[in-house]
Amino acid sequence: MSGSNLTILIIDESPERALLIEAALQEAGHRHIRIVSILNGLVRQIEDIAPDVIIMDLGNPNRDFLEHMFRLSKAIQKPVAMFVDQSSEQAMLDAIEAGVSAYVVDGLKRERIKAILDLAIMRFRAFEKLRQERDDALQALDERKIIDRAKGIIMRQRKLDEAEAYELLRKAAMTQGRRIGQIADAIVQSDSILQEKPS
Amino acid sequence: MIRITAGFLPLLDASILIAAHEKGFAEEQGIDLKLVREMSWANIRDRVSVGQFDVAHMLAPLPIAQNLGLSPLAVEMIAPFALGLGGNAITVSNAVYTALQSGNAAINGDAKLAGLCFRQLVEQRKVSGLPLLTLAVVHSFSAHAYELRYWLAASGVNPQSDVSITIVPPGLMADALALGAIDGFCVGEPWNSVAVAMGAGHVLTTKSSIWRSSPEKVLGLTRQWAEHNPELLDQLLLALHRSAVWCANAENVDELAGILTRSLYLDVPLEHLYHGLHGEVGHRAEGNAFLQFYHNAANFPWQSHALWFYTQMVRWHHLDLSLEGASRAKATYRPDIYRRALQSAGIALPGASSKVEGALLSPTHVPAQGGQLVLGPDGFFDGVAFDPDALQSYIEASPFYDALHKF
Repeated sequence: MSGSNLTILIIDESPERALLIEAALQEAGHRHIRIVSILNGLVRQIEDIAPDVIIMDLGNPNRDFLEHMFRLSKAIQKPVAMFVDQSSEQAMLDAIEAGVSAYVVDGLKRERIKAILDLAIMRFRAFEKLRQERDDALQALDERKIIDRAKGIIMRQRKLDEAEAYELLRKAAMTQGRRIGQIADAIVQSDSILQEKPS
Repeated sequence: MIRITAGFLPLLDASILIAAHEKGFAEEQGIDLKLVREMSWANIRDRVSVGQFDVAHMLAPLPIAQNLGLSPLAVEMIAPFALGLGGNAITVSNAVYTALQSGNAAINGDAKLAGLCFRQLVEQRKVSGLPLLTLAVVHSFSAHAYELRYWLAASGVNPQSDVSITIVPPGLMADALALGAIDGFCVGEPWNSVAVAMGAGHVLTTKSSIWRSSPEKVLGLTRQWAEHNPELLDQLLLALHRSAVWCANAENVDELAGILTRSLYLDVPLEHLYHGLHGEVGHRAEGNAFLQFYHNAANFPWQSHALWFYTQMVRWHHLDLSLEGASRAKATYRPDIYRRALQSAGIALPGASSKVEGALLSPTHVPAQGGQLVLGPDGFFDGVAFDPDALQSYIEASPFYDALHKF
């Protein structure tokens, strides 16, 4: 691959995502990749690394500081531009929607950078999807527990068996147009209020 | 209803945008104003540039810097409305404050006295071989960065070599001060009051003491959006104007504070918001001179403000002085759009688009269209006036300006 002599710096507070991007770039033949997650002493690190391309997470609250550092750094004497091509609005939009900001040291060939940016965008999206799936799974787990507790309450109060209790929940959800988890949550909460001993 | 998406950072001077939504001023104009809180000015700039945000709460020098090629993006921006005047302060750590007080005069919040004490401390530290003090601002191209440097230089401290200036996001300032990572900062409210409440430092002086009625945040947007949506932009400015009048009314302070404290907006306890809203930051009781939402033509985009920022960019070697650069900086501010949008609002519109900053020593009637307009006092603490028609001589006379500087 032609991109292998470029030095790419990844600044990311999420080490998992940084590794994901690094792996993708390595696969594409890039051998000079550096990851920084702690900003202490960053100026000297940037001088040492002398990156051609910097990839950063848009969620990083220190972006204003980092851009200031790029401006001060002797290693990045040429102007730093974001994204490959100022005229390609779609590329900029894609990157920002994926949560990526990429800084390119002026003078580099556009097509070489485009490939790097595209890889970073893909990995950011993949990471976001993983995170979303994990959040969904955790939420589903929580919901499962709440539904079990609501079933227990219904079984106790209505003297029903588990299948009947679940059927009651399901019907209530259908008629109210809400999720079973939401109905279960309401039952658990009202039960806990009613169970409270008067003080 | 037409949706307009606006980005903001959690600061008191986002009030006009927030109240425009919360108090229904936007809705009255047929606008569904969607507010999105952001965590950096870089994100605000990027999201406006690519069209994810239609408009945003922006540092006044940010669109100017972008139009002058100082930003990593090359999308042209404009500023047709100022989101108020003032609102910042300079806060220092307890250690620095104690050292400053050991001098001969008691700190009272006055910029001149604070500067004198600060200079003495910097000189003492130099003699004792102590390291440079580190001061933080929120962005390289911010009113904070320029007013802090102005105050230091006019006080005899060279901001390029006598102190170290770094960048910290507003919400992290108080922590950075408490941890000793920085010795002081210049930031908008409520972040000075938060640092004081944490016991991390003391307010030294205020933006309004350095430069009365000085520019701070603007409504920033791309020129392209403004040209594609002229009527919608006029409606938005009308909504913001009504919101500004509401925010400036002392009777509404409690309600405004109650809105701002919510987790959706500033997410800062109520008591920290009142200092800025009442104009009682540090030692000074400035009242509504601390942060002006409406009075004093606080929303008018004075091109002299844009040009002052431009002189400071040249002064501190962000760029070379050029006629083209000056006219580009000036054209970033759009008083023509402000007048077009508000001609039907029944308010007095300034007749001029620029003024000599520091010329008004007391409230003065100025020529205006459609009513009476009183401006001032304005001006810098060192008594130097800025004439927007004499940029070069102003820059050359600035303390610590190095005309031979090599880029």
